[in-house]
Amino acid sequence: MQTLLGTLAGLVFGAGLVISGMAQPAKVLAFLDVAGNWDPSLAFVMGSAIAVYAPLYRYIIKRTTPVYTQQFMVVANHTIDRPLLLGAGIFGAGWGLAGFCPGPGIVSAGSGASTGLTFALAMVFGMLLFEAYQRATAALARDRQDAGAASSGA
Amino acid sequence: MESFTPIASTVGGVLIGLASIMVLRIQGRVAGISGICGSLLRPSRGDVGWRVGFTLGLIASGAAALLLSPAHVSTAGAPTLALTAVAGVLVGFGTRLGNGCTSGHGVCGISRLSRRSIVATATFMAVAGVMVFVTRHLLGGGA
Repeated sequence: MQTLLGTLAGLVFGAGLVISGMAQPAKVLAFLDVAGNWDPSLAFVMGSAIAVYAPLYRYIIKRTTPVYTQQFMVVANHTIDRPLLLGAGIFGAGWGLAGFCPGPGIVSAGSGASTGLTFALAMVFGMLLFEAYQRATAALARDRQDAGAASSGA
Repeated sequence: MESFTPIASTVGGVLIGLASIMVLRIQGRVAGISGICGSLLRPSRGDVGWRVGFTLGLIASGAAALLLSPAHVSTAGAPTLALTAVAGVLVGFGTRLGNGCTSGHGVCGISRLSRRSIVATATFMAVAGVMVFVTRHLLGGGA
């Protein structure tokens, strides 16, 4: 049932991306091209999505608990740190290059378009690269800690 | 690109908002696509089924669009496959490092007035805009 509801949410989300124009790189790039023949349509996507989500979000986290989990897993992190800025910057560079962000990339892959398939596979590769990067930095931090403990113990 | 579509884009946005609310109500989670799909690469027990379902739903909606209205999934205007692949790697790595994309930070985060998400959204929008400016107007690539 959980999987079924997840699928339904994915279908509705995907339909929203398709209808809104987000799954067409030409439209996304025209939105980002403020200095060219600017197409502001996609501002309406984010605006209306927020207009729906914001009030319902407040109601739901105050009045309910999630159907399938113990509690709402909503981060209350307020730190603006380097990974956040660097990650957003790298993502923005890719988005501006291809006109795809993650959701539309997956939708486009589902349509069978070679561009979409290429993008989605490369995106998965980029995510795997991040997993490897994270493991490497964690190992490095552990080594440093061990070295620090060893030198202070000596 | 004389195709201003405020109504269709608003309708699409409403659906995206509703789908994100479903994820919140059902799973108690923020509907960030990069997180929903990316977490599948490091699966944790009991937290896989709905993520797989959601991803399959996205894929199915692309397939349905191809049958019903192929223009809505037209990839015209996209760069070469090589550049698309580079972009994909950047998007995959960047969204995981920055903990979110257009949906998680842009829609859910801004709705919650999360400072992190507002800063992240401003950053990726600005960088994407600069990228388009450079490729289109300085290097004179695309349309």
